[in-house]
Amino acid sequence: MFDWIQNLADWLVFDAFGMTPKEHLSEALNFFIYDSVKILLLLFFIISLMGIVNSYFPIDRVRNFLSRNKLYGLEFLMASLFGVVTPFCSCSSVPLFIGFVQGGIPLGVTFAFLITSPLVNEVAIGLFIGLFGIKITAIYVISGILLGTISGIILQQLKLERFLTPWVLQILENAQREQDAFQEEKQPFSKRLPIIWNEVLNILKGVVPYVIVGIAIGGLMHGYIPEGFFEKYMDKENLFAVPIATILAVPMYSNASGILPVVQVLVSKGIPIGTAIAFMMGVVGLSFPEAMLLKKVMTFRLIGVFFGVVTLCIIISGYLFNVIL
Amino acid sequence: MSKKIKVLGPGCAKCKQTFQILEEVIIENGIEASVEKVEDIMEIMKYNVLSTPVVVIDEKVTIKGRVPSKSEILDLLKN
Repeated sequence: MFDWIQNLADWLVFDAFGMTPKEHLSEALNFFIYDSVKILLLLFFIISLMGIVNSYFPIDRVRNFLSRNKLYGLEFLMASLFGVVTPFCSCSSVPLFIGFVQGGIPLGVTFAFLITSPLVNEVAIGLFIGLFGIKITAIYVISGILLGTISGIILQQLKLERFLTPWVLQILENAQREQDAFQEEKQPFSKRLPIIWNEVLNILKGVVPYVIVGIAIGGLMHGYIPEGFFEKYMDKENLFAVPIATILAVPMYSNASGILPVVQVLVSKGIPIGTAIAFMMGVVGLSFPEAMLLKKVMTFRLIGVFFGVVTLCIIISGYLFNVIL
Repeated sequence: MSKKIKVLGPGCAKCKQTFQILEEVIIENGIEASVEKVEDIMEIMKYNVLSTPVVVIDEKVTIKGRVPSKSEILDLLKN
């Protein structure tokens, strides 16, 4: 599928620039061009696709669906699935949280959504396909959905409502399964397209610089680090690798998506994939800026429990992947 | 009649961008309107929105969860 990009990169580096194959610099440059073109195309494609889905299935509909339907335990999985198709900006996390609480959606279900939405997003999926292929991407997406579902169920069991900030508790008391119909914007596709297009460009503009820098660093490392270099330090037998990688990842912000290309190179040089996935889930799924925003609706204790449970689930799935992959 | 525009959002980059676009459209087209930032979360929630930034024109929610384009704003303000 991507052969033509490899041909293009080969032609550019070896013919147009006239560099000699099998040298560090030329190989690194070839890798950089191939990876950048491939990943940018994939990002563009996935972001557009999600943009279209989201235009017809906005967040308001998600809330109404979860608020109105009795799902007999499936609501955690549903919330988690909705999280995949709904883009999430951490600055929306507070209105979103309160909106869900207002709609009488249980706290655990809200958490399931809040966990999966940033974890399995369009940028992460695009990068994953480009860097690791379809199989690993599918594993990442499915485990991300399960992780949100399971963490949501655990958080629900912990009965954390009492650790919300007082004014949110008040909203909780007045919560009702709202019946106000969501006024859908009835627009033809031709009218939606420019709006979707704008969003796609905005998202791309935000992540592309980081991704390019990440690929450049990855390209350099690819050419210079010997194969199997990391196996000495981070093999599957090393029990501390997964937790350390996860905990290192949590403070990093999602713009660290530029980190994924670097991680891909680390994997090709011998870091186990489970450790790498745990690290990336930590980077993409949890961030300090998000925690700071949530401070308005949750006490520190609740944020701590929330992050703790998710971190724990990430670590467990990291071990799991190292065993099964 | 002068329009009252509010931009709802907790002060993230997208909200600032939206605010700026609104101000530019108003100045460039000589529209009579006032733009106000609403950053207080309790105030924002009164409009029953789930994602920010939100553009409210004369107390009516028009755009939510994304940064609008200039032409879009101009269309909304003309009506």
